[in-house]
Amino acid sequence: MAKATNTEIIDLLGEKFGEQLFDVTEPYGLLTFSTHKDKVITVLSFLKENGKIDFNFLTDITAVHYPEKNQIAVVYHLHSMVSGVRVRLKVFLNENHPTIPTASTLWNSANWMERETYDFFGVKFEGHPDLRRILNMDDLGVHPMLKQYPLEDPNRVDKKDEYFGR
Amino acid sequence: MKHNQPVYTDNDPQNELVTLNLGPTHPATHGVFQNVLQLDGERIVSGVSTIGYIHRAFEKIAEHRPFYQITPLTDRLNYCSSPINNMGWHMTVEKLLNIQIPKRVDYLRVIIMELARISDHIICNTIIAQDTGATTTFLYLFQFREHIYEIYEEVCGARLTTNVGRIGGLERDFNEIAFAKINKFLKEFPIALREFESLLNRNRIFIDRTAGVAEVTQENALSFGWTGPLLRATGVDYDVRISEPYSSYQDFDFEIPVGTSGDIYDRFLVRNEEMWQSLRIIEQALDKIKLEPKGIFHADVPEFYLPGKEEVYNNMEALIYHFKIVMGEIDAPKAEVYHAVEGGNGELGFYLINDGGRTPYRLHFRRPSFINYSMFAKMSEGMLLSDAIINMSSMNIIAGELDA
Repeated sequence: MAKATNTEIIDLLGEKFGEQLFDVTEPYGLLTFSTHKDKVITVLSFLKENGKIDFNFLTDITAVHYPEKNQIAVVYHLHSMVSGVRVRLKVFLNENHPTIPTASTLWNSANWMERETYDFFGVKFEGHPDLRRILNMDDLGVHPMLKQYPLEDPNRVDKKDEYFGR
Repeated sequence: MKHNQPVYTDNDPQNELVTLNLGPTHPATHGVFQNVLQLDGERIVSGVSTIGYIHRAFEKIAEHRPFYQITPLTDRLNYCSSPINNMGWHMTVEKLLNIQIPKRVDYLRVIIMELARISDHIICNTIIAQDTGATTTFLYLFQFREHIYEIYEEVCGARLTTNVGRIGGLERDFNEIAFAKINKFLKEFPIALREFESLLNRNRIFIDRTAGVAEVTQENALSFGWTGPLLRATGVDYDVRISEPYSSYQDFDFEIPVGTSGDIYDRFLVRNEEMWQSLRIIEQALDKIKLEPKGIFHADVPEFYLPGKEEVYNNMEALIYHFKIVMGEIDAPKAEVYHAVEGGNGELGFYLINDGGRTPYRLHFRRPSFINYSMFAKMSEGMLLSDAIINMSSMNIIAGELDA
């Protein structure tokens, strides 16, 4: 099968979803777009099941915290092994109520990826079969990858980041 | 169930199941992770995997470190093949900065990455043999990992956590001794590998223990996100080196071995064949290097390539760039990039978001061991305990990569 191009994919998606996909960019050739959280499963299953593009493989799920915008972005990387293309789908959530439907109904690999994302960012995946912490201990109490949690004790005076150019 | 708490068998006489805490420090797991298994006799009824015992918060630490200080973190992911992780990270940053790497550097990198792949597969395959009871083969082949570490030592001075290379190339050229050691390895290793194969490939006991055990369908493997030798053992010919060539892999002639049933025997054979293919690649790379101009071991990017110490002390420009790089006065562009390399266990991905500063805004590692391992508890159901142990060895779960 020939390599599908990003324009073909975006045409196909635009036809189907129209305005529900936005912020379409191509950083370093990797097609990136955003959607709303109530549409995410529809978009993912369309990408997975459409015979023309066939994104059969979920490479990765992770999240990014943007405290100045009060947002957490959940980022999906999909890969079409047949046509050799990747896409990146982002869903921006309110950081106070980060909930999103689970993708573990589509791919089994999403189970642990979502547990990891929940563990580090507190994103609640609705419908997830077993949403527990995975790498941190259960009574940690915080979601440590959120930007408000410092790496080290902020009261230390001997290790100020600006002295080290960071 | 809470972390760090073993589960004890209740004393209910009606309950015929036995709870077994396999790990966190069990010799058969070859790493620090726990499985709480419910056993009916020797058969596993259900299992729960608990991981995170050596979680070191690398993603958080990386948000506070400049790019060149993140390389040592990547060492500690899959520490059985750290050069692949190092190079994967360097290539991610080079992709971010749009740095063109000279061909000779690409080939030198290919040599060290393929040596790392061989050492990774040596560990996995000899451990499968060891866990099926064949200690001799383990000892025969395992010494060659030592020879590979000696090559690393010549190239970068370190053995296990290598921290090899720089953004923009390598920190030094391979010396004559390194090339001599690589050539010696290329001569000696095929003899030992052939002997290893002749001891196991048609060995009745080994085949009985591995063939038909833990078979996985392609659909299941893809759904659980498997990559690398595990996925190829099921018959899917996905390899990042072919599908998205990096570091000039497109210049090489090699084959991707695939299995048919995805059982432990197929995984073993796939890894063995990959070692042969890696040897082929290294031989080709050595030939190609002879055609390239001598002495080039990094790209010409003084703003990002950390200069050597002798340069810094004797050369003003180098001193300035050294100061600027170390004190963080050169910013990387604002962008996001995903780069994947074929690690020892599968697709090792780096998802880097940079907001214009010198430290990543967010760095996420797609760690193949973590994603491959999520299937383990599920596939152990109904399996014999002794089969589950070799299944775990054949998945080559490296605790560092599992937990990041």
